Parts: sequence; C-alpha cells; structure tokens
Amino acid sequence: MISHTEIEIRDVITDEHLKYLNHSFLEHGVEIIETQKSILIQKIKDAIIELVNMEEKLSAVKTSEFLANKLHHRYGYLSNIFSEVTYTTIENFMILQKIEKAKQLITTNELTFTEIAWKLNYSSMAHFSLQFKNTTGLTPSAFQRIINKRRMLTAAA
Amino acid sequence: MIRNEPIRVLLADDDFDDQLLFREAFEGIKIKTVVETVKNGIELMDHLLRPDIILPHILFLDLNMPMKAGLECLSEIKRIPMLKDIAIVIYSTTSSDREIEESFINGANVYLQKPVDFTSLKKVLAEVITINWQYQTSGLNRDTFLLSL
Repeated sequence: MISHTEIEIRDVITDEHLKYLNHSFLEHGVEIIETQKSILIQKIKDAIIELVNMEEKLSAVKTSEFLANKLHHRYGYLSNIFSEVTYTTIENFMILQKIEKAKQLITTNELTFTEIAWKLNYSSMAHFSLQFKNTTGLTPSAFQRIINKRRMLTAAA
Repeated sequence: MIRNEPIRVLLADDDFDDQLLFREAFEGIKIKTVVETVKNGIELMDHLLRPDIILPHILFLDLNMPMKAGLECLSEIKRIPMLKDIAIVIYSTTSSDREIEESFINGANVYLQKPVDFTSLKKVLAEVITINWQYQTSGLNRDTFLLSL
C-alpha cells in the first residue's frame, strides 16, 4: 500500500542534510518525493495551465494577480522561485502554455486561426501569429500543414 | 524525470571540428548535460540499438553524413517503438523550407541551422536544451513539439 504524508521541517535544510534524510528514510521503505519548493513550482504550473484553459478568466484577470491570490504569496516571490528552478520565467511559461493550447486547437482542425486567437485572448490574429512564430519558428498554417501531413504519413505506414 | 539528473545529449556528426565545438558549447549551459558523439549514421543506429544502451534524451542529427544520411536515420528511428521518445534535432548547414518541412513531417522535433559563430551556437543550443527540458518536466505534448531555429 502506498500512502502520502506531509511533514514540515522548520530549520533550513541543506542538500547534504536532505540526502542523509532521504537515505535514512529509504532504509525504512519511505521515500521523500518532494520538497516544499518543488510543490510550489508545481502549483504555479497547474494554476497557469488552469488559467490558459479558462477563456473567461484569461481575459478578465492579470496573471500576476491571479497567481498571487490563488497561491497566497506575493507575485515577486513566486516569480523569483519559479525562475530559479525551471530555467524560464512565469511570463515565458505562460506563453509556452498558450501556444501549447493553440497547437491543440489547431490540430483538431475545427477552429479558424482568428477564433483560436480570440479564445486565447490575443488582441488580433496578427499578434497571435507573431507569438506563435516567435515560439515555434513556424507560422500557424505551416504548423497545421506539417502535422496533417505527418498524420497522413503515419496512417499510411 | 528525476530532478538533477543530467540531460543526455547525443550528436551524430562526421565533422570532427563540429563535434569539438558542439561539446565545448555545452560547457557553459546552466542545465546539466552529458554529451556523447558518434560519427555517422551507421554508428548511430548501432549505438542506439545496443542492448545496454541508456537512451539519450535528445539527439542532434547532422543531415549530411556519409553512408547513412540524417533523414534516413530519422525515418528509421521513428519506426522503432523503443526509440520514439527521443527528441530529435535536425542539425544542418543548409536550410531550405522544403528540407525543414520534410524533416518535421518525418518526425523531427527541432530544425536547427548550424550557426556560423561560436557565441550563436552556444545561445541556440542553450535554447533547444531549455525548451526540451520544459517538455520533459511540464507534460507538454511531444507529438506537436516543433521548433525551427
């Protein structure tokens, strides 16, 4: 049986200390899976993905306020800790997730690019295309053509 | 992926100078990496199919290698289920729209034109590794991971 529990350590804990703890716990079949920092990072990522998927919210709130309210930390703190651990910034991660969502919508071939731009809260289709191109190096239409051709190729094989 | 585990990078390139520059460029990158190199397509496929192989996370594939060209390796790799999770970067001196599109259709994730100077090389390699790291750690969809640089 697997069970999870959360313990809080009040002292500052060094990497070496953590290694030692990990080792000692493992001898008893207990594995330390996350530290507080990585839990917070995961919560930030989850909140951003949630925001990208809520059309109404995306246009109504500022990302910084949304995250600060949801996670009960100052945005400056969240932003620093995020950059420290993930090699990117919250802003860039947000763009990456919006483009990820755009790709999802493009590959279903159901919405026009204008509709997708609107859904993801871009001010115009041009702005959307530009950010898509800056992130992937491809225009939305080149991306769509490639994915469709790749599917045909895989289906034929 | 386990945190702090270095990213395993494999380069297939027949040009020895390019191999050296490539290795050196990785030394300054913040994300921890281990770089290995092979010098042609046949050596690459032998390497990947070794029974004791620890697969690379990301493979840089030179398009113009002797014996077995990059695109041929690409199609072959994509047909082997065990190798399908390796991110593949096509690494080429030339870049035509047709070549780029052909590479993507055949399963490449990144098309990277070899930069002419070392500073740019470091910069684009860092960019590729960082974005690939996001794919490894943030559950993004690899099937639609396309990047042209």
